[in-house]
Amino acid sequence: MKKKKNFRITNRNLLIAMTVICIGLIALTATNIISITPLKNAAAAIVLPLQKGVTEASSFVSDAGRNLQSKDELLAKIDELEAENEKLKEQNIIDNENLQELKRLRELYKTDTEYSQYEKIGASVISKNAGNWYSTFIIDKGSNDGISVDMNVIASGGLVGLVTEVGPDWATVKSIIDDSSSVSAMTITTEDTCIVNGDLRLIDSGKLEFDQMNTEDSILPGEMIVTSHISDKYLPGICIGTITDITEDSNHLTKTGYILPAVDFSNIREVLVIKQLKQNPESEQQTAE
Amino acid sequence: MRRRIVTFVMILICFVLQSTLLNLLSFGGIKPNLLLILTVSMGLMRGKHTGLWVGFISGLIIDIFFGNLFGFNALLYMYIGYINGNFYKVFYDDGIKIPMFLVAVSDLAYGMIYYLIQFAFRERFDFSAYFTRIILPELVYTVLFTLILYKLFYIINKKLTANELEENDSPWLLK
Repeated sequence: MKKKKNFRITNRNLLIAMTVICIGLIALTATNIISITPLKNAAAAIVLPLQKGVTEASSFVSDAGRNLQSKDELLAKIDELEAENEKLKEQNIIDNENLQELKRLRELYKTDTEYSQYEKIGASVISKNAGNWYSTFIIDKGSNDGISVDMNVIASGGLVGLVTEVGPDWATVKSIIDDSSSVSAMTITTEDTCIVNGDLRLIDSGKLEFDQMNTEDSILPGEMIVTSHISDKYLPGICIGTITDITEDSNHLTKTGYILPAVDFSNIREVLVIKQLKQNPESEQQTAE
Repeated sequence: MRRRIVTFVMILICFVLQSTLLNLLSFGGIKPNLLLILTVSMGLMRGKHTGLWVGFISGLIIDIFFGNLFGFNALLYMYIGYINGNFYKVFYDDGIKIPMFLVAVSDLAYGMIYYLIQFAFRERFDFSAYFTRIILPELVYTVLFTLILYKLFYIINKKLTANELEENDSPWLLK
């Protein structure tokens, strides 16, 4: 490998040239001078079918594993579910009464735009971030199905995240537990706003952190947090989770705490994408997405 | 040519497994870094040139699908491959200790730099929390996976080299 002053490329020179190329790529894409979307779509055409195949095969195998659960376990599960069913029946009666009241109040306030009325599309999760630092994933629907950037993604009644990139038959979703995610949110009863942040350090508890809650009301753990009206990208009223801890900051003005999300992020397979974008003319006022 | 295709397919398989199947095998939300094992192994077994390219392509694939800074992983993995390629002529037995050690050091460096650029820059200064909860578990899990994968990569590399030697003896080349 000894070469002196000839025109063959040495490894060292190759390394230098590639370093310059990489730094150039970082600079040019970070400033949006060049777009890598064509490259992405080309790569997706090769890689996504493979990921889809492995994901389907592995979920098939893990489902098959669940079928092998013992009879005792299943009977115990049935008992548990029956007990839960009784509770839910009772809850249902109460909820129905509340629903009537809600309808009446909504008519009063003329706020009938609940997110359940928006058009949604189901999608399967193909693959998750290859690293351990960020929480993003790819779904199997894209612009061909009417999905576009900044659409909200939900699952089992709670907010999952936001579409950040779209290809013809794929889309990337950044989940709200992602360390760089922040959502403008509010309490459901008092409508006190706060900012909900993803924090990688909370990976064990699976919780979210919130801060900047400027309130004089006494907010208690158990209070539900939903997306706020002033949010830039998130539609209002989508459930995020419930408060588990809340403390007053040292400035005695704002409150900080933790939220248990409504969605179990460790095991997301199917999601719903809301095909309605938030339209907000005064978006520049917001600090969070 | 055959070697290049096989190497590319290996990168592809590692990436696909890392983003799909390994989510089921993740331990406390942490999964091993197969592409790092591949990059280190290739650098060690094939030298700086191969290490550099395998690292670059591996990082680029991650950047294409999951990167927030396009080119960042490509740069990081490329250096990991190149630096490990320096040990190509130093260690050439089939022992597992050296690759495990190099994977450990590489993953540590990878974790530290990743933290520094991606997290410390966003004012996430609680280094000890990220070190004990993310970097260290990933290191341990990745080193464990090296036990299985390095052997496999070693066998594939041996087969390819044997194949190439055979091709070099081809009568077509003896003119």
